[in-house]
Amino acid sequence: MSEEYKWRYGFFLGCVIPNRYPMIEVSIRNVFDHLGAELLDLPGASCCPAPGVFRAFHIPTWLVIAARNISIAEELGVNPLTGCNGCYGTLRDAWYELEHEYELKKEVNKHLAKIGRNYKGNLEPKHVVQALYLDMGLDYLKDFIKLTFSDLKVAVHYGCHIVKPSDKRPWNGEYEDPRFLDEIVEITGAKSINYKDKYMCCGAGGAVRTAVKEVAADFTREKLVNMKDAGADIIVNCCPFCHLQLDLGQVEVNNIYGDIIGEPFHIPVIYITQLLGVAFGMDPNLLGLVKNHELQGVSPFISVDPFLKLVKEQLI
Amino acid sequence: MSENVEKYIKRKVYKSTSSRITQRFVDAGLEKIRACINCGTCTGSCPSGRRTAYRTRSALRRALTGDESVLQDIDIWLCSTCYYCYERCPRDIPVTDMIIKLRNIAVEEGYILDSHFALANNIFYATGHGVPANGEANKRWRDLRESYGLPPLPPTVHSYPEAVKECQELMKAVGFRDLMDNAAKIKEERAKKEEKDKERQI
Repeated sequence: MSEEYKWRYGFFLGCVIPNRYPMIEVSIRNVFDHLGAELLDLPGASCCPAPGVFRAFHIPTWLVIAARNISIAEELGVNPLTGCNGCYGTLRDAWYELEHEYELKKEVNKHLAKIGRNYKGNLEPKHVVQALYLDMGLDYLKDFIKLTFSDLKVAVHYGCHIVKPSDKRPWNGEYEDPRFLDEIVEITGAKSINYKDKYMCCGAGGAVRTAVKEVAADFTREKLVNMKDAGADIIVNCCPFCHLQLDLGQVEVNNIYGDIIGEPFHIPVIYITQLLGVAFGMDPNLLGLVKNHELQGVSPFISVDPFLKLVKEQLI
Repeated sequence: MSENVEKYIKRKVYKSTSSRITQRFVDAGLEKIRACINCGTCTGSCPSGRRTAYRTRSALRRALTGDESVLQDIDIWLCSTCYYCYERCPRDIPVTDMIIKLRNIAVEEGYILDSHFALANNIFYATGHGVPANGEANKRWRDLRESYGLPPLPPTVHSYPEAVKECQELMKAVGFRDLMDNAAKIKEERAKKEEKDKERQI
């Protein structure tokens, strides 16, 4: 490990972060570097594979591909780190299962041997938020805060797989009312507001978005109504698939359920490292918050400019 | 879980409740389903059930009693795997995992939605990504990456063609290729049969 880094992780990108919301990738890379954590690439990593889709089609395929992904980090001797709840669900559940089922591990390694790989299972897969909260800790993060918001109301959205299944997560079994993400949000001076059914799913996961988009959008509609009723300025989350569902999903909700929602929604959706980064005094360009408006049909679909305006008014 | 409950759920299957699906649940190590007391906590906790006809309790009950029609019901694909039912089940049944297993059995029987089949077969198997950025249709996403100073393709399977081959080799070895081919065949046969039935009705 090079001298200036305190931590080192294998950055597992997954699919949605690099291929649809690269601003999240940029913000994680730069914020972790700023915090003294080195992120190594995992060359040739694939889809995790997605726990609600590919696991639902064929569990053995899900397990063996997940083990291959973890083995790439093992070769580098680093913990796999993901910024996605779905990838977290897969890597962590697969790691947990292989840890507790010796026969399964043998079977998986029989397959991996065919491509010259081996799964050991000695390195725990971690989430970006887990690294921030448990590895670094709030006190460490607080030392980096240069600017704080004076009036920013945040609707925090956890998503599901960062806390559940709770027996395979590092939050001491807490799943009904976790606080760790709110606590990270609040060191920036922002207020995490209470809203109805805060811990409810965004609707995208479990193959639902691919199966019936209108059903996924109806989950999202309910969440957005509750967030708006509570006076949210922005949404902060820690999962790119929730991010997609809450961002692109707002456009879909406005189209599909326009007749029942009244005013269309346009709440900026911000990833946790983007929020932290501005409070650290980092350039919004390094956090993927400045969009190139020449590009058409790309994310973010709901403008984050109102958030940047608040940043300028309150922080700079 | 108490020893008695453990004994109860591992008891021999009674003939009347035995069925192909129930047996496959047991084979898959999911015999815990027999501890279900039909209380409905799963359904009551389900965000999908609030807006769709999907009823977790009913899906499990149908599987338990061997009602094979549950496999072709689109409802089992409306679970967003939020895991509330898993967490809250008073009998410690890993409910969400059961639904996932139920879906595995459905796919084996050729019950997979066209959109899911395309995602699994044409995208995941072909590229190694569930949401890819390669190919002409995805140029704007590569441009987007570059606009943030990132290389157009990430250092994933997208940058390592031999890694895609590795994944495909694993998927073949573990039976995914055969599963998809079989599902495609069954779907085609079923479509033909439906077409014939329609003609007969006319």
